[in-house]
Amino acid sequence: MPTPPDSIEAPAGARERGVTRARHAWARLHGIGPVLGLVALCIAGFALNSDFATVANAMNVLTRTSFIGIIAVGMCFVIISGGIDLSVGSMAALIAGGVILLMNALGAHHVAPWLAVVLGAGFAVLLGAVFGLAHGLLITRGRIEPFIVTLGTLGIFRATLTWLSDGGAITLDNDLADAYAPVYYAAVLGIPVPVWIFLLVAVLGAAILNRTAYGRYVQAIGSNEQVARYAAVDVDFTKMMTYVLLGACVGVATLLYVPRLGSASPTTGLLWELEAIAAVIVGGTALKGGAGSITGTVVGAILLSVIGNILNLTSIISVYLNAAVQGGAIIAVAFMQRRRK
Amino acid sequence: MRQSRVVTVSFDRVVKAFGAVQVLHGVSFELAPGRVVGLLGENGAGKSTLMKILSGYEPASGGDVRIDGTPVKFDGPRAAEARGIVMIHQEFALAEDLTIAQNVFLGHERTRRGWLDDAAMRAETARVLRLVGLSASPDTPVRQLIVAEKQLVEIAKALQRDARVLVMDEPTATLTPGETERLFTLIAQLKADGVTVVYISHKLDEIERITDEVVVMRDGRFVARERTSELTRHQMANLMVGRELSDLYPAKDARPAAPALLSVRGLTVPGWAREVDFEVAPGEILGFAGLVGAGRTEMFEGLLGLRRHSVRSLEIDGRAVRIRSPREAAALGLTYLSEDRKGKGLHVRVGLAQNLTLMALRRYATPWLHPSAERAALKAAVAEFGIRTGSLDIPASSLSGGNQQKLALAKVLQPAPRVVVLDEPTRGVDVGAKRDIYFLIQRLAREGKAVIVISSELIELIGICHRIAVMRAGALQATLAAEQLTEEALIAHATGLH
Repeated sequence: MPTPPDSIEAPAGARERGVTRARHAWARLHGIGPVLGLVALCIAGFALNSDFATVANAMNVLTRTSFIGIIAVGMCFVIISGGIDLSVGSMAALIAGGVILLMNALGAHHVAPWLAVVLGAGFAVLLGAVFGLAHGLLITRGRIEPFIVTLGTLGIFRATLTWLSDGGAITLDNDLADAYAPVYYAAVLGIPVPVWIFLLVAVLGAAILNRTAYGRYVQAIGSNEQVARYAAVDVDFTKMMTYVLLGACVGVATLLYVPRLGSASPTTGLLWELEAIAAVIVGGTALKGGAGSITGTVVGAILLSVIGNILNLTSIISVYLNAAVQGGAIIAVAFMQRRRK
Repeated sequence: MRQSRVVTVSFDRVVKAFGAVQVLHGVSFELAPGRVVGLLGENGAGKSTLMKILSGYEPASGGDVRIDGTPVKFDGPRAAEARGIVMIHQEFALAEDLTIAQNVFLGHERTRRGWLDDAAMRAETARVLRLVGLSASPDTPVRQLIVAEKQLVEIAKALQRDARVLVMDEPTATLTPGETERLFTLIAQLKADGVTVVYISHKLDEIERITDEVVVMRDGRFVARERTSELTRHQMANLMVGRELSDLYPAKDARPAAPALLSVRGLTVPGWAREVDFEVAPGEILGFAGLVGAGRTEMFEGLLGLRRHSVRSLEIDGRAVRIRSPREAAALGLTYLSEDRKGKGLHVRVGLAQNLTLMALRRYATPWLHPSAERAALKAAVAEFGIRTGSLDIPASSLSGGNQQKLALAKVLQPAPRVVVLDEPTRGVDVGAKRDIYFLIQRLAREGKAVIVISSELIELIGICHRIAVMRAGALQATLAAEQLTEEALIAHATGLH
């Protein structure tokens, strides 16, 4: 029997190439999707309320974004590696409580207020990293699903804070609060300190993710853990470190947040896990892991707080429904990602 | 209930592509009804894909499958079963936690007044189990069966579906000689009943014994259809490979006399390998032969620390070492190419350079990664390994099977190992790429590396290895030197007839 003519393959090949091109175009579009969304939202915000497009409002939005944004950068690593951390809001609350208790104790022992602030800030990052290490060890050595581990600690962290505060608030002593206030309220070159730190964390995060062997390993594990393991990657260590990084990010976010209110209560950091995960997902990172971007995450975080800001400034939807809008956004984006299989 | 109608199947220019990779290039032939047809071809020839299209597991990308002259398009295996076409897979499609009876009737449950009729299903299952010669109770959970018994359950399931065209993909790979005999008797009965049997196997002696005619495929194309009685085994092998076998392999170098580079004593991987000893010298190519499930892959995964294992003594270059992970193995100069290219070997959706450098990434990080250095490494590897690609900026999935395999090989060689374990290095690869890989393997040996090749294709092991270790059911049966290597001897050791 003769080999059939090549004309049979040609159309199939051409169609295949067409499909590939279309897929690439779609992927590119997807990359700038969050930016387009943010631009559209800003135009809408400007049209709805003239106060929206002021420098003061922009700085306000960015400052509020910083906390979630910093956590989202850490969360981006965890999600790209194929994990998840549901506990970040509760962790922030417990870190806030712990930092205030430590600083008050140092104050009571006549430690200079500035030193108490420095020690408190260091303690926040350390505590976050330790919590992250505990998550990482339970997930890698203990072989427990990240969802279960962090769901458990979500309860443990918040309950511990509630118990420490006796259901009320843990408040920072006045002279310490005064020494600590600039961390939140001061500005350098007209830009608030938390925004600078957010920028620093994001740039550092992007550099680690895209330009170091560690970042490549994180992506390799999320893309296919088996392949990474067979390729001599230290999978357990790499995964564990994503949780440590995230914990440290939560610590940084918390140390910026504490001087804002000067207290920690059972509602501190409530639903931050939703906001941080939503920022990562809206930013175009796939929940199944493998690929994602820090830039997208930053845009996603800003986009979510712009939504909240617009809800605040206008009365189209009650601001009480802010979390519902974020929840809706996360589901909508996941729905759109579905077809990118 | 039993029908004796005959069904004629024909393929008309069937085309199949997975993404950019075309695996069937317009295959046309006819299956004569009521005969046993041996479907021959090397791994990657497209036999299984064609049969999956016939039995509704995969849609064709073009061309027609005709049944009794009319083109059909099955939207799933159920639609194919309704026309009497059933395929028995190499990988089992059994629900482990259900019983044999529940599996046999899965998706076709008998009911009485809306409730499951377990008694009838159990009785019918017992009947088909007797036919295939499995003495287990229909109520046994499938999880408790050994691999060979699962294979028999798959066959029983097909019998219950009253198949008119039965496709068997390597059915004897896990069976003992006794079970194989019973299967052959069963095939003869089915043939007498007018059932068409398509028998895919690498074992040419079985093909010679039970088939009426053979169809040979190569690189996704139809090659020949002949009466079995008119072909010798040597002719069959040449048709499969497409050239005289002797051209395919490099001329063998003499076995090096150097002391062992890797020496393993008493390697045990629970459930897979017991007390295996072997050693390999620099410049030597050591083959591992055995049937599917003989434990070769699992043994090496154990050696690398990917499975629980114990080893009495493990020496590299005369030094006692411990290996607890592929990372430690790579640090000691031992790397492993997985047989599972998509699941364990390559990040198929990731770019070529990222795949290539993953195992030696530290070399490119100072501490920042240099994309230009990675790109240069990719260019070098493309030239060195003959990876054919239009662009360097594509995901690995866009390469053909052979080129993916060359990339995977280049990847495990990046850390400059002294011992390489290549597990099925030519699986799913066309003949041209196979030849390239054989010559590459020889080059590695000439560079002084110790090379271990695991393969299910005996001919290729015979073609390239200095020595071949044969495993059966987790134990090392024999280690044969080049001059003792014949296919018959290897099969005898692998099946336990020795």
